[in-house]
Amino acid sequence: MEKVYDVAVIGGGVVGGMTLRELSRYQLKTILLEQAEDVVMGASKANSAIVHAGFDAEPGTLKAQYNVEGNALMEAVTGELSVPFRRNGSMVLAFSEEDLKTLRDLQERGRKNGVPGVRLMSREEALSQEPNLSEEIKGALWAPSGGIVCPYELATAAIGNAMDNGAELKTGFRVTGIEKENGNFVVISEAGEKLYARYLVNAAGVHADEVARMIGDDSFSITPRRGEYMLLDKTQGATVFATIFQPPTKMGKGVLVTPTVDGNLLVGPTSEDISDKADTATTPEGLEKVERLSKLSVPSVNLRAVITSFAGLRATPGGGDFIIGPSAADAGFINAAGIESPGLTASPAIAVAVVKHLEEAGLVLIKREDFSSFRKPFPKFRRMSGAEREALIRQDASFGRIVCRCETITEGEILAAIRRNPPARDVDAVKRRTRAGMGRCQGGFCGPQVVEILSRELGLPMDEVTKCGGASRMLVGKTKETQ
Amino acid sequence: MERLDLVVIGGGPAGMAAALGAWHQGVRNILILDREAQLGGILEQCIHNGFGLHHFKEELTGPEYAARYAKEVADCGICCLLDTMVLDLAEALDGSGDKVVTAVSSKEGYLRIHAKTVVLAMGCRERPRGALNTPGTRPAGIYTAGAAQKFVNIKGYMPGKEVVILGSGDIGLIMARRMTLEGAKVKAVCELMPYSGGLTRNIVQCLEDFGIPLKLSHTVVRIHGRERVEGVTIAAVDGSRKPIPGSEEFIPCDTLLLSVGLIPENELSRAAGVKMDPVTGGAVVDQNRQTSLPGVFACGNVLHVHDLVDYVSEEAELAGQSAAAYLRGEAPCGGTVEVKARDGVRYVVPQRLCKDAGPVSLYFRVGDIYKDVKIVVKCGEKVLLSRPKKKVVPGEMERLPLTAGILSQIDGDVTVCLEQKGAE
Amino acid sequence: MEKRNLTCIVCPMGCSLEVELENGMVRSVTGNSCPRGAEYAKNECTHPTRVLTTTVKVVDGKRPLASVKSAGAIPKELLFEAMKTINCLSVPAPVELGQVLLTDLCGSGIPLVATGSVEKTED
Repeated sequence: MEKVYDVAVIGGGVVGGMTLRELSRYQLKTILLEQAEDVVMGASKANSAIVHAGFDAEPGTLKAQYNVEGNALMEAVTGELSVPFRRNGSMVLAFSEEDLKTLRDLQERGRKNGVPGVRLMSREEALSQEPNLSEEIKGALWAPSGGIVCPYELATAAIGNAMDNGAELKTGFRVTGIEKENGNFVVISEAGEKLYARYLVNAAGVHADEVARMIGDDSFSITPRRGEYMLLDKTQGATVFATIFQPPTKMGKGVLVTPTVDGNLLVGPTSEDISDKADTATTPEGLEKVERLSKLSVPSVNLRAVITSFAGLRATPGGGDFIIGPSAADAGFINAAGIESPGLTASPAIAVAVVKHLEEAGLVLIKREDFSSFRKPFPKFRRMSGAEREALIRQDASFGRIVCRCETITEGEILAAIRRNPPARDVDAVKRRTRAGMGRCQGGFCGPQVVEILSRELGLPMDEVTKCGGASRMLVGKTKETQ
Repeated sequence: MERLDLVVIGGGPAGMAAALGAWHQGVRNILILDREAQLGGILEQCIHNGFGLHHFKEELTGPEYAARYAKEVADCGICCLLDTMVLDLAEALDGSGDKVVTAVSSKEGYLRIHAKTVVLAMGCRERPRGALNTPGTRPAGIYTAGAAQKFVNIKGYMPGKEVVILGSGDIGLIMARRMTLEGAKVKAVCELMPYSGGLTRNIVQCLEDFGIPLKLSHTVVRIHGRERVEGVTIAAVDGSRKPIPGSEEFIPCDTLLLSVGLIPENELSRAAGVKMDPVTGGAVVDQNRQTSLPGVFACGNVLHVHDLVDYVSEEAELAGQSAAAYLRGEAPCGGTVEVKARDGVRYVVPQRLCKDAGPVSLYFRVGDIYKDVKIVVKCGEKVLLSRPKKKVVPGEMERLPLTAGILSQIDGDVTVCLEQKGAE
Repeated sequence: MEKRNLTCIVCPMGCSLEVELENGMVRSVTGNSCPRGAEYAKNECTHPTRVLTTTVKVVDGKRPLASVKSAGAIPKELLFEAMKTINCLSVPAPVELGQVLLTDLCGSGIPLVATGSVEKTED
């Protein structure tokens, strides 16, 4: 008799992760299926890292509803998951009279959507609050409930918390077919592996339309919309305090300039519809655009301090709004699709909604007595006091070995990333969980050491350690054996 | 709390020479801190030769050069804490003028060390890909030349088999040869500038010897490959270093090595409030290599990127001796003047001079290749020294000794500049 | 008369040398700052040599490799053959700096010596 899961969630991003966590509150057998070799490899790892206030979405849409609900849940969720979150506020700039009109429209939308505290600011007030803004601005819209969070840290923590509560994770499981057998879904992977589940949640990001089609649901399509970003050194993190948006115009949405919770400065994104769902390459045109547009908001933004550039793919739904709910093709198949911005913000609320839809579809929810919504904080040496550091090293000497100098990351933290849920198995996974290699030297010094630690911990030869799974081997073999 | 006379941060060539410089002047209570398991710093992985010709009058490999200093450090009984990472440097709060060095190690735990003097000798790091903002994918197979050097020479692993190198700094050139000798195919070395940033001898013996093309005024404009590097597109650049459309060429490869500059590793110094020189990326120092913080000295690549380790040792010894003099209570007397770089000279170290100092050497780099020039040292309009030079290049550090006689003529700020030969 | 321009690689100064050759024989060398430059130019035009630096495998060492060099310059054309020989070599720890690992590297008459030391593992 095959094991039948109650729910299989397809897609290990922030929506899949939050849903898995929500499901782990109940007495259910759940599993998360992720095509990549680590979780959080799609849009959830490369986006603006913003907790949106909610004045942007059209009133009455799912986007508007879950944005505002998710925003309100963010303190609790990040607190339980020990993920840094800061309400630094969002500011939209106006550069013309027309822009001021747009801001008034946004303010009105905010009011309709139930966003707290949205108000217009004079040019002077905006400049006194954010002295590095362009002198050219005519005014600004201020939304105090806007915030920042590290998206991959949040998603990873949600998955880890779910796993600590009994949920399972299967990485490297690329869903290529879904069949029905005795009323259960049979999910088939590219490698031919079969997995049985009574209910499915489709949180497959840019691939959600393909997954839906596997059960005969062709009601929506997803277009990958590429956004390119540049990340600046921590010396630039205080350039602005709030997240600075540009007004949406006919020319496009503009780019934002924002501090990150880790103290860097992030600028971007571009917005370009592409056809390839895996093309996260940056382009000269995109990076040039980010540079040019970010200087409109903050002329002094120091792009010589860029430490890396990257691109992410938003899962843009054809219909414009999030697609959340049971598929018309099968009531046991819940879509959580088309989750572009403000998906990160909305994710805790989407998760609650998806579980509700599952319940309505017949899933019996019985609370688990032993569920813990709290995730043991990841040790963060860099944020500790001297006394705490001393105590930690005495307890575990591996915290006395600094591996990443730029970010002050210890071997102990890397070991925790490898040993705790969801386990890191490659260099980028270690980087996302610990920040080792995320600093200004971008892994120049710690790269070789991280490879060595992974090799030791996973019992893999050094040259089988990958950067991000698959064929991304860091090393091609031993010296003296390549000739 | 134990109070040390001197704490040296970094046990590479600079740190070891600084400690020895102080030791030979009678300082005994010295501690060297280094993050690695052995002294030597980056020299441990620089297994090629070419070190020590000035200092030891013979050609040594990096590990041999380091071993000579490490042996002397051991013979003198200078204390070292290895596998120890310094996290912070600050003034003591007790008004003593002491410095407090905070460090961690798995053996010693969390350490707070009081010291009367500190020598900064943390070296430098390589500029990463991010700083270049090269468009394209972010696959495995992109390394700084130094990271590749560590994999090959220390760990015994090959980062790739078909290699393109961006930047012709010395480490890049050395790695071109090293990878070739270990069986890799190095397809090209691209250099953005119209000249190489490395030593000429390295171009000869690392590239020309193996028929590796050096493409000057070329850069990588795109990186290809999703999981592992599959190739790079290179292009020629114009006078303003912008890629020339139509000049693109795709080179299949599995590895891109970067040798695009070194940055002094000064996070500690900055956090401690040491005044920095934006051009060198290192501290502003006087002729004794004392920084803006009294009792804190800097030397070696953390101060400015040197081309030869011999000069690092020389400078570090001076910094160590200066720490000893500071401990003896000898403060440099007389007012100080600034030393400024002008016309073709990018920077000068030291940036400050004490007028009645003993003989001093000025170290500087030029911003471009110049032929048949004079290096001129002036004080106001007064020419203190003029020295003809057939050729100066940015990749090589220049050294200019000033005698006490010359220094005695100084009555204001000093400038170092290049002048065309013949022009007055 | 044939002229060749060389860059001296004896030391990091990298002097530009001009060599005059006649029938494959060096007639004169100019541009050198020291006698070793003239010597280099003569060798480079007649039988170029290089010092080889690389690593050898170490058995039971605290580190997997020891750095090595040819104790003197070997003929340039021997470099790859020498690499092959060295890559087949593995030496037991401990390795001492200066230890001779091969007395004659590929018939060049030049020994291969360790340039770093590797301690034996404790267990």
